[in-house]
Amino acid sequence: MTDPRHVALYVHWPFCQAKCPYCDFNSHVVAGVDHSRWRNALVAELDRVASDVPDRILTSIFFGGGTPSLMQPQTVRAIIDAARTRWSVANDVEITLEANPTSVEADKFRAFRDAGVNRVSVGLQALNDTDLRALGRLHSADEGIRAFETARDVFARTSFDLIYARQHQTREAWEQELRRAIGFGPDHMSLYQLTIEPGTAFGDRFDRGRLKGLPDEDIAADMYELTQSITASAGLPAYEVSNHARPGAESLHNLTYWRAGDWVGIGPGAHGRFTRHGTRLATETFLAPGAWITAVESGNGENNRQSVSPDDIQAERLMMGLRLTEGVPVEDIAPDFLSRVHEINELMESPALDVSNGRLRVTSSGRPVLNAVLRELLV
Amino acid sequence: MAEAGQDHAPSTTGEFRYISSAMTDLAHIRNFSIVAHIDHGKSTLADRLIQLTGTVAERDMKDQLLDAMDIERERGITIKANTVRIEYPAKDGETYILNLIDTPGHVDFAYEVSRSMQAVEGSLLVVDASQGVEAQTLANVYQAIDADHEIVPVLNKIDLPAADVDRVKEQIEDVIGIDASEAVHISAKTGLGIPDVLEAIVTRLPAPKGDRDAPLKAMLVDSWYDPYLGVVVMIRVIDGVIRKGDMIRMMQTGARYGIDKLSVLRPAMQDIKELGPGEIGVFTASIKQVRDTKVGDTITHEKKGTDTPLPGFKPSQPVVFCGLFPVDTNDFEDLRDAIEKLALNDASFTYEMETSAALGFGFRCGFLGLLHLEVIRDRIEREYDIDLITTAPSVIYHVYMKDGSKLDLHNPADMPDATLVSHIEEPRIKATILVPDEYLGDVLKLCQDRRGIQEDLTYAGARAMVVYDLPLNEVVFDFYDRLKSVTKGYASFDYQLMGYREDKLVKMQVLVNDEPVDALSMMVHRDRAEMRGRAMCEKLKELIPRHMFKIPIQAAIGGKVIARETLSALRKDVTAKCYGGDVTRKKKLLEKQKAGKKRMRQFGKVEIPQEAFINALKMDS
Ligand SMILES: Nc1nc2c(ncn2[C@@H]2O[C@H](COP(=O)(O)OP(=O)(O)OP(=O)(O)O)[C@@H](O)[C@H]2O)c(=O)[nH]1
Ligand SMILES: C[S@@+](CC[C@H](N)C(=O)[O-])C[C@H]1O[C@@H](n2cnc3c(N)ncnc32)[C@H](O)[C@@H]1O
Ligand code: SF4
Ligand SMILES: [Mg+2]
Repeated sequence: MTDPRHVALYVHWPFCQAKCPYCDFNSHVVAGVDHSRWRNALVAELDRVASDVPDRILTSIFFGGGTPSLMQPQTVRAIIDAARTRWSVANDVEITLEANPTSVEADKFRAFRDAGVNRVSVGLQALNDTDLRALGRLHSADEGIRAFETARDVFARTSFDLIYARQHQTREAWEQELRRAIGFGPDHMSLYQLTIEPGTAFGDRFDRGRLKGLPDEDIAADMYELTQSITASAGLPAYEVSNHARPGAESLHNLTYWRAGDWVGIGPGAHGRFTRHGTRLATETFLAPGAWITAVESGNGENNRQSVSPDDIQAERLMMGLRLTEGVPVEDIAPDFLSRVHEINELMESPALDVSNGRLRVTSSGRPVLNAVLRELLV
Repeated sequence: MAEAGQDHAPSTTGEFRYISSAMTDLAHIRNFSIVAHIDHGKSTLADRLIQLTGTVAERDMKDQLLDAMDIERERGITIKANTVRIEYPAKDGETYILNLIDTPGHVDFAYEVSRSMQAVEGSLLVVDASQGVEAQTLANVYQAIDADHEIVPVLNKIDLPAADVDRVKEQIEDVIGIDASEAVHISAKTGLGIPDVLEAIVTRLPAPKGDRDAPLKAMLVDSWYDPYLGVVVMIRVIDGVIRKGDMIRMMQTGARYGIDKLSVLRPAMQDIKELGPGEIGVFTASIKQVRDTKVGDTITHEKKGTDTPLPGFKPSQPVVFCGLFPVDTNDFEDLRDAIEKLALNDASFTYEMETSAALGFGFRCGFLGLLHLEVIRDRIEREYDIDLITTAPSVIYHVYMKDGSKLDLHNPADMPDATLVSHIEEPRIKATILVPDEYLGDVLKLCQDRRGIQEDLTYAGARAMVVYDLPLNEVVFDFYDRLKSVTKGYASFDYQLMGYREDKLVKMQVLVNDEPVDALSMMVHRDRAEMRGRAMCEKLKELIPRHMFKIPIQAAIGGKVIARETLSALRKDVTAKCYGGDVTRKKKLLEKQKAGKKRMRQFGKVEIPQEAFINALKMDS
């Protein structure tokens, strides 16, 4: 499915202005960032990972975080320029940057575009101020919407993120919020159900029974169904569990993950997966920003490299691929797994899996319980 | 006896120095147990006695030093009785050897106390001066009197503002009927009054009796399995002398062994050349057969032994039974080994092999109560690293068949077809509960709800003492927990088995997705069956995770469904965000779930987590 000559690049920027209470990403709040030092380190790492996968065509770059909109545009430019010297670059290369929608960051959008970014993903998260505060966000709803409008003017492609199934949110409230958001005219949306992650402020509060008003499983399931139907009729159907796009506007970069293509990663805690001399490798860099930059400056930010066994390749292929509406081509799946499909479908009232036109897919009744389907399939 | 002292010249290793001539001279030995209601401060008092006599180096001291098991430290209670030998230079200028046995306070471990008492001549009766006399205080005093003990009352925790020494003394005299005028006042926490306790031990407790020249007669008090030393046997010498290298015989089991190592407990083992009358110590003897050591047995020399064994201990009566099965059926042999070793250490625990359609091979085990059950289960899981499934606790029913035969039913799964049964009898207990006035109403209601019949109600000051005749089956599950919660911990409870009585008892089965789960079947009173069935189904609905399909959960008597719940199908379980950095994490999660499956049991298409089994049986009302 994915072209073995292609490669994607992930760049992790680990700093934020404040730590959101739900967030378990590798994000840190620090007093001052030495931008030129980080620029040099990221470019050095780019050189290192490029030598793992030389002679490839670069199809996408994704600046993720943390908050990459806090990067200096010249750092973004330096990385994009370095990538262009290392690989030949596809004509339709997709270069995405995640942005937090404060006015300060919106003011930098043009500079990011000039540096080479052609797609932004704006972290709106919610459309009312009370909920934004509860999520620990530093922007108001209006500020967020204005930032998104600026983004739409500046960039060819835009997306935004919303978090739903929040505390005290009703089905009706989410429906209204979603309809309003669709009205902003995105070509892509990531709509995430709030996940309580262990080790976060929300996780601690939850464990102590102090996180009140979270929707129960039934409400969460209703909200998910609602999301599917509203987005589909608005012409932005789900192409993945939480991602919606106008046909053709899917995130190429993220498709690389879900289709088990090759990517390399730079920055603290960045992962890579790529095939080299016939072996698929999984790589990982130092997670803590301090440890990472020290390691990079003494020559190598990587701290783990393992070959992925054929069994794990298969597990990863299904785990990631079944998240996509398009599913996984049957030729990529061992017969063992295919033979279990019938048995799994027998368990449910309507089938969870579907094999047709040479592909295995989860059905609309299987997708909301994909983890259970994967357990049956893989465990 | 002067020569006896000579025998104990400094040992060759030099690690153990005997003081002066006092040695095994009977007049210079005092043996005693420390008994009390739970938490009244026995182990803390033992700490102070150990500390003040310099038995353990200051740097090695810690709170409740003798509670060495993880599970004791976690729960803050004593489970096993522990013995320590300490040396005390008394005010009379003589040095005494004191063997103290710290005992558990909880009613489920009462057998440890009664056994310990057989090995000593006196008891320190500790009473928390802020709490007063409690149910186990009474139970322990009666046992001590039965064992002919001299009793020294010790009022502890006088550092607490709530301590009321005069009131508690009055209680001791009124309720127990022993003289409290010379009770020792202490704070085991601060160390206040501890020298007085030591003096009281020497001056008020009797020295042991015994004949050094008679044939060896020693009481097997306890035994345990030590991973390095194998089976360790604790003895109290009555007559004669036992030495390292001696050939000995256990009179009941007939087993013969040579003593490899002879030690005293300080509390670590310290080698000694011999133990004479009145002394307490331990030995190892390369004992291969765990069954050879039976507590209460008499140990004598193989040649020229005694002919008159000691009377032995009254065996304990297990009252709660349940099945223990390995989660992983391959662990069965390991489980057998673990159970044998634990039974060695705990004479009140019984077991026999059992097979279950759903659970495979396991053991039906008998316990003195639910805490005892929990402790044994925990110890097997931790000390032997075996995951267990615990089936519904049950008592022994007497099932009378129409053909005139009688069956002792330990396991509801073995209940014969109801049409063949004439009638069923269940065990009843006499429960004594002491409770402050303001909670009396709640306690009476609880007992009434559990089919209790009130036998007595008296007052001692602001506290009531209620005596109830209760079916044991209603008590074994969670009566103690409920009692604690309705009285905010202020009630105390003790019980005695009284006998059997006929009642309307039926077997209730539980069906999950139409499959019977034999591990959850239970005997219930017919009038309480609907309520228990409903509670069980509701509980299981909470405890069984949602599956991809809906699951009916039913309780039934014979073929008749008496309660039903439906666990609806899983509706939402999907990871919201999964990108490049999440692949590894997500895969690990799946692997963890694979491991988690080990703790599940498959019933047809349904997987039931093992925690569900025991939690399903805890009732909320
Ligand atoms: N204030 C105060 N607390 C004490 C005193 N003696 C013991 N305690 C506390 O009482 C609690 C119970 O003490 P333990 O020594 O474990 O009681 P125990 O009688 O051995 O308990 P079990 O073995 O479980 O029956 C602990 O928290 C002790 O610290 C005392 O003199 N004063
Ligand atoms: C790397 S994060 C955010 C990028 C950017 N710093 C921001 O906060 O807007 C990507 C997205 O994941 C989503 N997200 C993060 N933690 C989440 C959680 N616990 N539950 C659901 N969605 C979450 C948010 O929508 C967020 O925008
Ligand atoms: S959600 Fe975004 S802004 Fe908030 S801490 Fe995480 S990465 Fe930073
Ligand atoms: Mg204790």
